[in-house]
Amino acid sequence: MIKTGSEILLNALIREGVEYIFGIPGGAVLPLFDVLYDSPIKFILTRHEQAAGHAADGYARATGKVGVCLATSGPGATNLATAIATAYMDSVPIVAITGQVKTFLIGNDAFQEADIIGITRSITKHSYLVKDIRDLERVVKEAFYIAGTGRQGPVVIDLPVDITMEKYEEVVSGGVHLPGYKPRYEGNIRQIKVAAEAINKAQRPVIYTGGGIIASDCSNELLELAKKGNLPACTTLMGLGGFPEDHHLSLGMLGMHGTAYANFAVTESDVLVAIGARFDDRITGKIDEFAPHAKIIHIDIDPSSISKSIGVDIPVVGDAKKILQELVNYVLFVERREWFDKIKHWKEKHPLLYDNNGNVIKPQYVIEQLCDIARGNAIITTEVGQNQMWAAQYFTYTKPRTFLSSGGLGTMGYGFPAAIGAQLGCPDKIVVDIAGDGSIQMNIQELSTVARLNIPVKIAILNNGYLGMVRQWQELFYNKRYSGVLLDGNPDFVKLAEAYGVKGFLIEKKEDVRPAIEKAFSIDGPVIMDFKIDPGENVFPMVPAGQAIHRMIGTMA
Amino acid sequence: MRHVISVLVENKVGILARITGLISGRGFNIDSLAVGETENPAFSRITIVVRGDDAIIEQVRKQIGKVIDVVKVIDFTNKEFIERDLMLLKVHTSSGKRGEVIEIVDVFRGKIVDVGQKDITIEIAGTEDKLEAMVRLLRPYGIKELIRTGSIAIGRGTK
Repeated sequence: MIKTGSEILLNALIREGVEYIFGIPGGAVLPLFDVLYDSPIKFILTRHEQAAGHAADGYARATGKVGVCLATSGPGATNLATAIATAYMDSVPIVAITGQVKTFLIGNDAFQEADIIGITRSITKHSYLVKDIRDLERVVKEAFYIAGTGRQGPVVIDLPVDITMEKYEEVVSGGVHLPGYKPRYEGNIRQIKVAAEAINKAQRPVIYTGGGIIASDCSNELLELAKKGNLPACTTLMGLGGFPEDHHLSLGMLGMHGTAYANFAVTESDVLVAIGARFDDRITGKIDEFAPHAKIIHIDIDPSSISKSIGVDIPVVGDAKKILQELVNYVLFVERREWFDKIKHWKEKHPLLYDNNGNVIKPQYVIEQLCDIARGNAIITTEVGQNQMWAAQYFTYTKPRTFLSSGGLGTMGYGFPAAIGAQLGCPDKIVVDIAGDGSIQMNIQELSTVARLNIPVKIAILNNGYLGMVRQWQELFYNKRYSGVLLDGNPDFVKLAEAYGVKGFLIEKKEDVRPAIEKAFSIDGPVIMDFKIDPGENVFPMVPAGQAIHRMIGTMA
Repeated sequence: MRHVISVLVENKVGILARITGLISGRGFNIDSLAVGETENPAFSRITIVVRGDDAIIEQVRKQIGKVIDVVKVIDFTNKEFIERDLMLLKVHTSSGKRGEVIEIVDVFRGKIVDVGQKDITIEIAGTEDKLEAMVRLLRPYGIKELIRTGSIAIGRGTK
């Protein structure tokens, strides 16, 4: 049948199982919005394109499906760039569709023209400029395939407006044919056996896992491996939820703001099993002193991750799920009493700790109460900074896809729109954005989106009146010269919420924390909770930048 | 260290920008770059000569391999391969030295492709070393213009 480019695109999206598109219209995408008008795909109008991108990202992280965002040409597209970079750094599958000026105007400095393919080249897994309507159906199919397979990531489809209006016979092609893209899923069995042998011989093994566990959907296989081999496990920020933190083998999070016991264990380990993690600088600290005695096994789907920052002894390239399913067959239970005694000693001597004696509200206390009241049925999103680290440390994550945070890029303003995407993808969950008073203001316009659609996202602002993490670094490393961090122009967040038609609570006393959360959770609609917390509270433990990870400050030596 | 990297790619828009972006994004200067179709017009071969730390080049090689339209990446360093670079150069011969210049060109098995009143134009193909050796000998006569295609490389056949 003869169809317009817009119809061909829409049908292709429907075939990919797209439920939601997040975005904002504009001149170059008018034909697309015309077909969206009566389509089965639900369009979610955000109030800024960056938020649309993060919402698609949050949807993808919470559901495991590919998220879709849509913006017009020029400023619409460039506004998506931060969200695309965020998804790229954290390997999140999204397809970003951008309008483009007419094909014959490209390169002409036309109204609302931007070379979004060029702008996003280094922050996308792949991108397409569709200049021929005959390519359109195939491009959409390839884009979803590339975004959602291998090491996942964002794909941009740039679509000139004339292509969306052109008419062409709709053809549905068969499979995807990409000679240059063949992700490797099966791990080399010989390498797997070598890895198993190293693990079985280890006296002081530690598993260190990242976001790959969640992307590969193998938290069960990971737990099986840890239990069968009697192996303690820590996770990165991106890996939170991939290993149950209430399990006795869990060491929590490692790295710059990780637990002391995770950092000590990694430093003293003789075999380190890295799975779906990339030895990021926030994890390794000073490279020379990272796991100095350990034989390193690295399981990852991306061959370019192997030996990128740290030399790997036993690489296994492939899908973590398939590799763990194989590896578990060769791993033996080993007692390792001495090692577990040592870990127990570290856990007792250096627990995560804060002073909760005073009357002032401590942010850690708020997170603990959120965790307690949510009882495992929550998805937590975070902004970036102190709020993010407290949320990582003091909430107990037990299931994958329950902690969504901008780990790699560290994008303030991520949490709230990501929560919108997560909530739409998982309507039965309580979705809470743990925010700071600084970062919430980077996408606060989305209160309009949640109000109009009654998306019941809860926002917990840990309000300390500062850009807190920067203030903390200035306190510790810049002689308390607080430069550019005081947020003395903050709005009244309760009034602001009400102005948008959203409920807002101000919580200034510790005894009001729990009731406020309970009340917020009972409301079937969006709520802002503005917790006035101790403005001087810091995130500890902390590994100073460039220092070895066992040299933490803020933990009892 | 000097690396000669050969990349087989699908002949698609933007592929060259992606690959050069991966190299320049790390602050490496590309010594030379040559692109052309292969025996199958759907594919092109890109030959890149780049200097840098071996470990970082290895990382770049892996990242180039990840680019969707890249089918294969070979780093010819430490491998048996044949390398050719084509050069055109215009040399002054006004001082009655034409004979001497032609003699040098012959020694290097170059070709005279154009003769003017005051200059001659030479075509020569070979390895980087060979081209540089000839340029060294011709420099005293005065080189007006020099153009090179950049290296292309192919692995040696099975023995």
